[in-house]
Amino acid sequence: MKETPLSNCERRFLLRAIEEKKRLDGRQTYDYRNIRISFGTDYGCCIVELGKTRVLGQVSCELVAPKLNRATEGILFFNLELSQMAAPAFEPGRQSDLLVKLNRLLERCLRNSKCIDTESLCVVAGEKVWQIRVDLHLLNHDGNIIDAASVAAIVALCHFRRPDVSVQGDEVTLYTPEERDPVPLSIHHMPICVSFAFFQQGTYLLVDPNEREERVMDGLLVIAMNKHREICTIQSSGGIMLLKDQVLRCSKIAGVKVAEITELIQKALENDQKVRKEGGKFGFAESIANQRITAFKMEKASIDTSDVEEKAEEIIAEAEPPSEVVSKPVLWTPGTAQIGEGVENSWGDLEDSEKEDDDEGGSDEAIILDSIKMDTGIEVSDIGSQDAPIILSDSEEEEMIILEPDKNPKKIRTQTISVKQEKAPNKKPVKRRKKKRAAN
Amino acid sequence: MEEERHTEAKIGAETGRGSSPRGPGCSLRHFACEQNLLSRPDGSASFLQGDTSVLAGVYGPAEVKVSKEIFNKATLEVILRPKIGLPGVAEKSRERLIRNTCEAVVLGTLHPRTSITVVLQVVSDAGSGAQLLACCLNAACMALVDAGVPMRALFCGVTCALDSDGTLVLDPTSKREKEARAVLTFALDNVERKLLMSSTKGLFSDAELQQCLAAAQAASQHVFRFYRESLQRRYSKS
Repeated sequence: MKETPLSNCERRFLLRAIEEKKRLDGRQTYDYRNIRISFGTDYGCCIVELGKTRVLGQVSCELVAPKLNRATEGILFFNLELSQMAAPAFEPGRQSDLLVKLNRLLERCLRNSKCIDTESLCVVAGEKVWQIRVDLHLLNHDGNIIDAASVAAIVALCHFRRPDVSVQGDEVTLYTPEERDPVPLSIHHMPICVSFAFFQQGTYLLVDPNEREERVMDGLLVIAMNKHREICTIQSSGGIMLLKDQVLRCSKIAGVKVAEITELIQKALENDQKVRKEGGKFGFAESIANQRITAFKMEKASIDTSDVEEKAEEIIAEAEPPSEVVSKPVLWTPGTAQIGEGVENSWGDLEDSEKEDDDEGGSDEAIILDSIKMDTGIEVSDIGSQDAPIILSDSEEEEMIILEPDKNPKKIRTQTISVKQEKAPNKKPVKRRKKKRAAN
Repeated sequence: MEEERHTEAKIGAETGRGSSPRGPGCSLRHFACEQNLLSRPDGSASFLQGDTSVLAGVYGPAEVKVSKEIFNKATLEVILRPKIGLPGVAEKSRERLIRNTCEAVVLGTLHPRTSITVVLQVVSDAGSGAQLLACCLNAACMALVDAGVPMRALFCGVTCALDSDGTLVLDPTSKREKEARAVLTFALDNVERKLLMSSTKGLFSDAELQQCLAAAQAASQHVFRFYRESLQRRYSKS
């Protein structure tokens, strides 16, 4: 499905509003949308909502062989997917420019900033290391995918627990969650991306642009920063020229926003941990707001299945018993046996046509042959000589007889071949005639 | 004494969460559903069933690609996305089962030369195939209702498992499903309670099949009542 284009008046309206320091959703220039974080029942699963933008994050791990040049380091793998659910324009299974750009930015933000201690993921140097895979699925696209994705990725990584392993000599033991508590990843800091949209060649600036604002913006500046105000990555796209002061101002705003978001993330993580420890209910089921009228819950319901057996018996009693077919195995020749009667072969004509194809070396010609047959038939009738059509129909009838499944297949083959041989000389002149007609 | 009972109950609740023990009778685990939670799709629903949860989004009737256009009815597409990694053969097979079920109930002839796309995202998976399929079917139905796609009936998915001693379990937990001799998933419509789709695994006799079907029909009443109540709540004024 194609994306609905933004009309000129919408574009002008948005730009005019931005000039007047107004935003369509009532936010101020530097306001961030509300962030809501909810966790799933299993470790390393979270949904992050940034306004209406929604990202699902899931972390998983696997023991693999390390890279040759980094024998003592675990592997981190990020994969952001733009599902068609998020917006109709996203096509499944296609690497769009936007997707590549976002994935690269995410890697730079989280892997290259060394926020995760990859050396702690090593089990046996040069042989076995943990591969941590972060899958991010965009569920709803309402602008600023990168901020939501970076928050989802870091939250999922913080929430994740990997199975505990122990190494004794050459023996590596992997413990199930029941045997030993899974261990969290060691995370040094939490880099978070903050996006700034620029309009009118950098005259106006907005924090956290939504989808409409992203469509009319001239340039985008993404700053990834941790709460210690260290910049992890910075990227300017869209081809706008920014002044030094503008970048510095943006980095100051980013520092404030990152501090707020980090606090929120930590609070959410603590909350979840507390609930898990106390043995309360957790998971997405609990995060559904019950007061909303679009949401509804039903507790465990028991179902009376006492009459199931009777019902089943009734149905079986009513049903007609399948016709008894007693099949005797028949031994045709040593090594070839048949069970059951079998049905009359309805594949005969197909096989024959295949043979024709093989003989003539292509299905195209077979089609031509068909059309020729028709052509000749028409032509002959056009000419009006009465003897010719009889001959033609004779030959066709012969073919019809062959097509029916016969008792001895060997004969069929010889017959078809003979027919073809008869036909072969006929065919060529006809073809030429046809070509001539096409030329005319 | 009072305290003791209290702690007992607490322990029961704790053990009950992970692998809920079922009584001899059959029961369905708790359901939860939220509709219209995504802004971009025409209809969306998230459906939770026990430990399994699926998010569905529906686009349609909308513009269709010329190559996929069908001149007398709507083209129905189902996309199922796993949580980890890329979609594989299992997802493709489920997509097909869900698509065939949807095609049986969606009145596609009312919207010829359009596309109806159902996108399903697995949000949490307890690691069992049959339950996930049932949950996907329920989520797809609720999302189609939310999108206002015309349908001749509603449908739901119900899973049954047969133990090695032949006892029937409705809506099995993933643990029971792994131990089961046969697992059957049915899709049923709400008008005649007829079978729309069945996907089975394992060995069972014809009598057992009929029993499972009858049990699934009984369970489907509960699911449809849940549908009805959640829609009533949604379209109520209060």
